[in-house]
Amino acid sequence: MSMPYYVAPEQMMKDRADYAQKGIARGRSLVAVEYAEGILLVAENPSRNLRKISEIYDRIAFAGVGRYNEYDQLRIAGIRHADTKGYTYSRDDVDSQALANQYAQMLGQIFTNEMKPLEVEILVASVGWEPEGDRLFHIRYDGSVTDEDGFAAVGGDAEAIRTRLAEANLDGLDVGGALAAAEAALSGPERSLSAEELEVAVLERPGSGRRFRRLENDEISGLLS
Amino acid sequence: MTLPLFSTSDDPGPSFTGLLSRLELDPSYAVERALEESLRAGARSSEVEISHGTTVVASRYDGGVIIAGDRRATSGNLISHRTMQKVFPADRWSGVAIAGAAGPAIEMVKLFQLQLEHYEKVEGHTLSLEGKANQLSMMVRNHLPAAMQGMAVVPLFAGFDRRRDRGRLFAYDVTGGRYEEEDYIASGSGSLHARTVIKLGKAGDLDRDATVNLLIRSLFVAADDDSATGGPDSMRGIYPIVATIDADGYQHVEESEIADRFAAIVAEYVDNDGTNPEITTGGGSV
Repeated sequence: MSMPYYVAPEQMMKDRADYAQKGIARGRSLVAVEYAEGILLVAENPSRNLRKISEIYDRIAFAGVGRYNEYDQLRIAGIRHADTKGYTYSRDDVDSQALANQYAQMLGQIFTNEMKPLEVEILVASVGWEPEGDRLFHIRYDGSVTDEDGFAAVGGDAEAIRTRLAEANLDGLDVGGALAAAEAALSGPERSLSAEELEVAVLERPGSGRRFRRLENDEISGLLS
Repeated sequence: MTLPLFSTSDDPGPSFTGLLSRLELDPSYAVERALEESLRAGARSSEVEISHGTTVVASRYDGGVIIAGDRRATSGNLISHRTMQKVFPADRWSGVAIAGAAGPAIEMVKLFQLQLEHYEKVEGHTLSLEGKANQLSMMVRNHLPAAMQGMAVVPLFAGFDRRRDRGRLFAYDVTGGRYEEEDYIASGSGSLHARTVIKLGKAGDLDRDATVNLLIRSLFVAADDDSATGGPDSMRGIYPIVATIDADGYQHVEESEIADRFAAIVAEYVDNDGTNPEITTGGGSV
């Protein structure tokens, strides 16, 4: 009788992590930047149809990088979670923390129990009534969650982008300033990104109801110029 | 609450009601179960007093559609609510008005709003106006068992069709039948009176102001002759809810504007000495 090869658990986890990271590193990155009147989400994405950023609920947005079919499945699960929760309790009871926890549970489960980990990294952003209430949850392929403050970067180049954002002055920005900072961080010093290559959405703080809004090309280029 | 996940073959897609039924949260199950049990126990639905909502109207105008409803809900011969809302936004470019059993009607509106929002978020774009009207049709049809027990819900649906660049109106019956009308629609116990007023007052494509006036006049007359329809209540400051839906979307007409327009209508009736012989003799003309 042949014995299966023994693989040390550490090695197995490392192999899976490497696999997921490789998949994520192939895609382009995205950032979220908090500004005075809301949260700005910017992704480097030439496609207008395969979206990386989308609406989850009144004050909650979702952004994902990596394999499209996998993060899109997570996006839809998030919308279903939020809509059923809002229907069962009330619209005020839907919060990003519970959603981020659910995502983390699910990604963690898949990472340890399934053959193939999900090759995705996601961001759950929610805009508060006051700036102190803003939340950015960064959830990785293995289910680890970080609560980011002020800005977040997700994707293959996240480390470099995070460094660029940390060096930029992000205090008291308006939406235009936040977009300029996000574009500069995404593109790096050697190149610049045009409106056609960017997918931009905002969660706007003032007002009630659905606060998620996409910015169209002419509005993006207007803000960037 | 956990993340709802489904296998590909069992996925509800962009349907929120489909999602609810898979999660066993669908409200119609509960209603049907309760009905079956009470029928088995020999109960008749007339033994339970439930609130009913009444007259709602909608009309096209040159910019889109206007939708209006009175505020009264009745339980038998009692007024159960004076400030009930019967006109709701369905989404940014459409509105729904309800007549019939108040509880199921409000639940239906809530589900309908969520159904449209859920579709928009999952699919990334809104349903067509036709698609929205059909969705509501299905919801009314699913409610038929309860309607047969005296809890009928008969909504009106009005919206701005952005693909065709015009306002459109849809009326329903209890079976979910969907009827598109060109000029105006009305539903509820006072709808006969309201419809007559609109029919007589509508000459061609009216503008916004004329249409708002016509609709609130129709509600005023309906309230005058139908005890289940609430008229303007200047004592408590309760007025019908009126909303316009045009290319810019759904918008409620300010209550102060409605109050002023009603004051103008009432002034037509009242003579200088404060009486109106036409109304008191019962032969009032409008």
